[in-house]
Amino acid sequence: MSSVHVSTTINGDPVEFACPADESLLDSLRDRVGLTGSKEGCGTGDCGACSITLNGRLVCSCLVLGAEANGQEIGTVEGLHANGELHPLQQQFINNAALQCGICTPGFLVAAKALLDRNPDPDEEEIRYALAGNLCRCTGYDKIVRAVQAAAKQMRK
Amino acid sequence: MRYEAPNTTKEAAKLLAKEKGAAFVLAGGTDLLVRMKAGMTEPDLVVDIKHIPAMQEIKTTASGFKIGAVVSGATLGENKKLKKAWPGVVEAANLIGSDQIQGRCTMVGNLCNASPAADSVPAMIAAGAKAAVVGPNGRRTVAVENIATGPGSTSLAKGEVIESISLPKRPTKSGDAYLRFIPRTEMDIAVVSAGVNLTLEKGVIKTARVALGAVAPTALLVEDAAKAIIGTKLDDEALDALAAACSAACNPIDDKRGTVEYRTRVAGVLAKRAANIAFERAGGKK
Repeated sequence: MSSVHVSTTINGDPVEFACPADESLLDSLRDRVGLTGSKEGCGTGDCGACSITLNGRLVCSCLVLGAEANGQEIGTVEGLHANGELHPLQQQFINNAALQCGICTPGFLVAAKALLDRNPDPDEEEIRYALAGNLCRCTGYDKIVRAVQAAAKQMRK
Repeated sequence: MRYEAPNTTKEAAKLLAKEKGAAFVLAGGTDLLVRMKAGMTEPDLVVDIKHIPAMQEIKTTASGFKIGAVVSGATLGENKKLKKAWPGVVEAANLIGSDQIQGRCTMVGNLCNASPAADSVPAMIAAGAKAAVVGPNGRRTVAVENIATGPGSTSLAKGEVIESISLPKRPTKSGDAYLRFIPRTEMDIAVVSAGVNLTLEKGVIKTARVALGAVAPTALLVEDAAKAIIGTKLDDEALDALAAACSAACNPIDDKRGTVEYRTRVAGVLAKRAANIAFERAGGKK
């Protein structure tokens, strides 16, 4: 297995790592860079727990090779908070009890942020469609939708 | 496994052609990485084609649209000009997976993965799309319906890659549509699908192309179905003839998603509905 040297930007910071050519970006983030916020639920792009942004585009990091990150811009859940303060989405997930076990939460946060970045005032249907690639087996989605609505409202102020 | 990310199509073809082991093209990776994870595919070489400028753009040309092989579903959906000219093709591509998958998946990947249920393929076939194939022996143009030869297999030779898909220029009074049946509201594999593309002249269908998905080993171009509606105003008689021609062309499998009888029947129903949408989009009035 040949090793690939990757020079990338993660949450605005330059990062370098080496990984086997067939390693997923999810594994590189977790095991080489130490960013364990992104989770592996299915490893096949169905559950969205590993959601990140790649050049601003929402993707599953389990379906990206670590090698592909070379020269690209990565955004993970670790980049959501600013100046020691939680992102409104993170705060509203807590306020609305929009999580139980928490495995799906980082993916939901990254996907919800991608939605609010392009649509600051989504209706419930738009939220549900945008989060359809994220599976939660605990809360039942209603609280998650409410948390996203509350965060959107807060961010529009 | 080795990972290569060449900057030209020629170089990609060369890398693929000279590899003695198992070589795979990586575009969006939404099929390849899943297969690698499952151990179904063990590449010796993966050639990432996303750094090839000729594959990255949607271009408006004198003869229509040229869509690069690595253009994602999300990017297609954001292109207003393309959406206006070929709404059926864009809608079909946008039906593939979640937002996360849309950020990566490509129509060329959908085509080369060669699933009979691939959503964008019947829409492309109906549109008369052509694939620009580049290989070690040069370039050739292949109609999209001639790429897949069976589930998971294509007519591409060793070292050949698809650089782009061309959609023809749109005459006025044209419309296309794609519909699929799934038991859920979204994110599922088509049980049956139908794509219809037509052009009107004085309110009458002058040209048409009809394609079906998930009812045979490959997506089908159904010429008899097109003949059934050409020269009509898509009245009930024409629609029934269209449905009958579609059902007659079906050669589906029985599986957990649908029986042979069900798929055969629904192919006709979906083709009728898609034809109605395409007719309306073309400005047709009954």
